[in-house]
Amino acid sequence: MAKSGKAKKPANDKLLLVATRKGAWIYRGDAARKQWRSSGPHFLGHIIHHMMLDPRDGRTLLAAASTGHLGPTIYRSTDLGKSWKEATQPPAFKKREGGRTVRHTFWLTPAHGNEPNVWYAGTSPQGLFRSEDGGVTWNEFSGLNDDKQYREWMGSEQDGTPNGPMLHSIIIDPRDPKHMYFAMSGGGVHETLDGGRHWAPLIEGMEVVAGFDAKTVSFHDPHCVRLCPSNPDRLYQQNHCGIYRLDRPGKVWKRIGKAMPATVGDVGFPMVVHPRDDNACWVLPMDGQTVWPRTSLDGKPAVYGTGNGGKGWTRLDAGLPRREAWWTVKRQAFAADAGAPVGLYFGTTSGELWASRNEGKAWSCIARHLPEIYAVETGIVG
Amino acid sequence: MTPTVMVLIASPLRSYTGADEVEATGASLGALLQDLDRRYPGIRFRMVDEQDQLRRHMRFFVNGEIVKDLSYPLRAGDEVGIVQALSGGERSALP
Repeated sequence: MAKSGKAKKPANDKLLLVATRKGAWIYRGDAARKQWRSSGPHFLGHIIHHMMLDPRDGRTLLAAASTGHLGPTIYRSTDLGKSWKEATQPPAFKKREGGRTVRHTFWLTPAHGNEPNVWYAGTSPQGLFRSEDGGVTWNEFSGLNDDKQYREWMGSEQDGTPNGPMLHSIIIDPRDPKHMYFAMSGGGVHETLDGGRHWAPLIEGMEVVAGFDAKTVSFHDPHCVRLCPSNPDRLYQQNHCGIYRLDRPGKVWKRIGKAMPATVGDVGFPMVVHPRDDNACWVLPMDGQTVWPRTSLDGKPAVYGTGNGGKGWTRLDAGLPRREAWWTVKRQAFAADAGAPVGLYFGTTSGELWASRNEGKAWSCIARHLPEIYAVETGIVG
Repeated sequence: MTPTVMVLIASPLRSYTGADEVEATGASLGALLQDLDRRYPGIRFRMVDEQDQLRRHMRFFVNGEIVKDLSYPLRAGDEVGIVQALSGGERSALP
C-alpha cells in the first residue's frame, strides 16, 4: 500500500495522477515502482474529471474540476501540485441565443511536442477547446462546436451518458500536429488532416446496438480510442459495441474483440496501448449483458491483454480478487507507463488503485478507500 | 454614484475572497458580480454560466429577498447574500 507524506523530488520519478469524484491524489513512485507516496487530497470536495502531466516539461499539471454546485474550471500547477492557479478563462461556449453551457471539462490532451503550451480539452456537452498558453485561457477550436452537421451528430444533452454527452479521446499524431482524432459518446470517431479546418467521421466497421443503422454517425459510442506511440498509423478502440483496431491509411475498423472468450465478451470502457509495441494493448472487460451492469464479469475482475494485435487475448488476473469484486473501471481510469516492462495502473469506482509492474502478469493494490475514481494517468517528473 | 454594498460569500467561494463578507460595487446584481470578478478573478464564472444564466445551485438574496434577475437594481447599503442550494444524490456519472 502507498505511504502518505512528503516525498523527495528527483527527476524521473514516476507519477500516478488519480482524479476522483471528491478530489485528486498524486502518487510518486520510486525507480522500481514498488513504493508509492501519496499527496492529497488536492481540491477536496471538487469533482476532478481528469488530471494530466505535460510530458513536454514534466512539471505542469492541469486538472479539470467542477463541484456539484459551482461552474466548471481548470486548475494549473507548475510545481507538481504544490500550488495551483485557476484558469482565467476556462472552456466556455460563446454567448449566443440558445447557446450551450459547458457542464464540465471531461478530457485534457497536451498537444504536439512542437507546440509547447498548447492543450486541447473535450467537454460535456460536447465541445472541443484549445489553449495556447498552457491552460490559462481557453477558446473554442476549429468551428466544430457550431458546425450544423456536427451539432446534429453531437445530439442533445439527453443523448449521452447519464452524466452528459462527452467529447473525448483527443489524439494528436506525433508526426503532424495538424493530424488529429477525437471521439464522442455518442457521435463516433472523427479525423482532421488540416488542423481542424475540416473533419470527417471514421466509423466504418464499427458496430452499433442491434436494430440501429451503423451508417448513422450519432448511433456510434466509442468509449476510448488510443493511438500507438510506436506506430501512429495504428489505433485501438474500446467501444460500447466491441474492441477494434484500425490500421491507416485504411478506414475500416476491425472488430478484434471477436477473439475474446465468448463468456467474457468485448464490452468495456478503457483502452490502453503499449508504448513501444503496436501489437500490444490491454482492456478491462465489463459485463454488457441484459441490462448492462458494467461490472466485472461474475464479480471476477480481470485485465485482458493481446500481444498480436488482437488475434488472441490473455487473461491477466493474478493478484486481483478471485470473486465477489463487482468493479467498474471508467474509460480514463486505466493507464500504462513507459517502463520496461510496462507498468499498468487502474482505479475502480469503489476507490481502489491497482498496479502491475510487469504488464499485467501480477497485480497489487496501491490504495484503497479513495472516492470514486474517475481517471488515472501516468507521468514522469521532468 | 455606483452603490457600494456588502456581500455575504458562500463557503465554496471563499477560496476566491478569503473572507465571508466583502464589499463590492454595482448598480445591479449583474454589475456587482462583474465587480466581484474584477476583484476576485474567476469567481463569476463559478456562479453564472457563459450564457449569462445563474447556475442551477446558486441563490442570490438582496436584503433577505431572493433575486433571480441579474438586472435587479441595487442601492447603497443593500446587503447581498450569495448562497448555494446544496443537494446530494444526483444522477451519478457513468464511465
